[in-house]
Amino acid sequence: MNIFVYDKSFDGLLTAVFDAYFRKTFPDDLLSEGDALPLFYDELHTVVTDEEKAGRVWRRLQKKVSVSALGCLTQSWLSELPEVGMLIFRYIRKAIDSPRSIETNFGDPDVLRLAQIWKKVDGERVHLMQFVRFQKAADGTFFAAFEPQYNALPLTVHHFKDRFADQKWIIYDMKRRYGFYYDLQEVTTISFDDDSRESHLITGMLDESLMDKDEKLFQQLWKTYFKAICIKERMNPRKHRQDMPVRYWKYLTEKQKECLIL
Amino acid sequence: MNENVLAKLKILAESAKYDVSCSSSGTVRSNKPGTLGNTVGGWGICHSFAEDGRCISLLKIMLTNYCIYDCAYCINRRSNDLPRATFSVSELVELTMEFYRRNYIEGLFLSSGVVRNPDYTMERLVRVAKDLRQVHRFNGYIHLKSIPGASRELVNEAGLYADRLSVNVEIPKEENLKLLAPEKDHQSVFAPMKYIQQGVLESKEERQKFRHAPRFAPAGQSTQVIVGATSESDKDILFLSSALYGRPTMKRVYYSGYVSVNTYDKRLPALKQPPLVRENRLYQADWLLRFYQFKVDEIVDDAYPDLDLEIDPKLSWALRHPEQFPVDINKADYEMLLRVPGVGVKSAKLIVASRRFSRLGFYELKKIGVVMKKAQYFITCKELPLQMQTVNELSPQRVRSLLLPKPKKKVDERQLRFDF
Repeated sequence: MNIFVYDKSFDGLLTAVFDAYFRKTFPDDLLSEGDALPLFYDELHTVVTDEEKAGRVWRRLQKKVSVSALGCLTQSWLSELPEVGMLIFRYIRKAIDSPRSIETNFGDPDVLRLAQIWKKVDGERVHLMQFVRFQKAADGTFFAAFEPQYNALPLTVHHFKDRFADQKWIIYDMKRRYGFYYDLQEVTTISFDDDSRESHLITGMLDESLMDKDEKLFQQLWKTYFKAICIKERMNPRKHRQDMPVRYWKYLTEKQKECLIL
Repeated sequence: MNENVLAKLKILAESAKYDVSCSSSGTVRSNKPGTLGNTVGGWGICHSFAEDGRCISLLKIMLTNYCIYDCAYCINRRSNDLPRATFSVSELVELTMEFYRRNYIEGLFLSSGVVRNPDYTMERLVRVAKDLRQVHRFNGYIHLKSIPGASRELVNEAGLYADRLSVNVEIPKEENLKLLAPEKDHQSVFAPMKYIQQGVLESKEERQKFRHAPRFAPAGQSTQVIVGATSESDKDILFLSSALYGRPTMKRVYYSGYVSVNTYDKRLPALKQPPLVRENRLYQADWLLRFYQFKVDEIVDDAYPDLDLEIDPKLSWALRHPEQFPVDINKADYEMLLRVPGVGVKSAKLIVASRRFSRLGFYELKKIGVVMKKAQYFITCKELPLQMQTVNELSPQRVRSLLLPKPKKKVDERQLRFDF
């Protein structure tokens, strides 16, 4: 059994492909630095991430598969699933070895599985576009907290920048502790201190002292609307939870507990 | 903005909720500098889901729920005793803008009861859309209801600001409409539909000559029919939809299971529950018309005027036509694959793409997402488990009984029970 150890970066993965072809030994498993090694193995190779090698693999791949398949690869990488590294490795190997593009061969388990993971990540991108809820702060910045299942936030930045072009906003990934800030010109990556005790970095909800004066009213209006639009005769809680999974309720304005004031 | 608006919002949302149209699709328009919003086209985005499972994409609201008409099937009819309210244009515009900024909605879906006369009402609807677009530079989605009987000029103006316009047919047969809403006729519905269609087609032609000619309702139009309030069969409804889809701009026909909003009127059935299963079957048939290349007379005809409530219309078609099966997954063309029960548009496309590499078998089909529980009786492929029999070897009746949903067991037989 051959083991490759790499640094869990996408470039590292591409370098691993390069090394494998260079050494003519292909790994049975990819581990990241610090992972426990299996009990028995024949060979251990540590991949040193090298942008040039990674670039060579990428350019080779560009000749083998279409742009959309490449996008599929990078997006699936954002799923951060444990098996995705080895999966992408096998996909790249098959793509390079095959005389014609393998990207539509869904009879192949790796191609199909990667397409399915891509679909999951893409679904999370859509969930972000659906369920991000902004709260207006007193200084006019719109703040939203979110916990995506997969690391899909970067995929939505373009959409939010285009849509909310005339307002400052922050979308913060509470799980991965980073986010994006748009200052009416461009979007920058931000991350707050981990030991910050600001309540909105813990609960995701702005404290009332930080809110714009009308914010409370609009939240109330939205909650009222959410309740009023439901047809009681057609109640379907199962469908409700299916389309709007409970894991997102934490930061949804309409699912917050009723406040007593107002 | 104050608490007054809160009460109005509640009343007017409750009046608007029986309109089922919700989509925010059909227009791709990215942001222009100085404006707020974009529309993503393709699928549109559903921002929330109410507890009845319906999506909330647009702020679906009425400008007013006062109405001069007395249509028996409508909650806002003149004779109904319910709280009434009217939004001012500025209130509604601010509400839309602020909801949009918080990513609550994709845009506005504006409808209205008819006050004074259709033109007066339509003019006010157009004012809201115009204000949003021109004063507040709102670039999101706007869906306007066209008021039946409104003049052509107003519909034409509405088309310049709205992404989608719609007029509701509500009752498929004119004699039934006359029965429930004596003040209305089909002419008042189909005339604005025609104006919209002409507007869209003219603007399309115009834009081929001049790139910057204004767009007219780029997402086309939609309509809605009420199911279960009157005696129409599914055949009447589906033939109407099919005729409407035959027109160039009709994008969607919605089916709204009648919710009993008028309990004392003898002309209407007293339903405990809206006919949800029938509504669902109609949507399935609608999908067959739009995405599966079915003709309407294949789904319903004089011999089968109503859809089967127990099985879906595609399976029902397949069981009536066993001579078309089994279909060889590795050879059949795309159109035929679409007709196999258990194979959808996605899996049909995946099959066509994958079978160029290798012949597909039971396992691959399952992985691709084909519902093998249904499809197994209608296909042949590389390898099927041995005991599999097709619809011809069994019989349509037998397959039907195998595929019917099993009644849920109320009692767990493994558990010993004591009667106290």
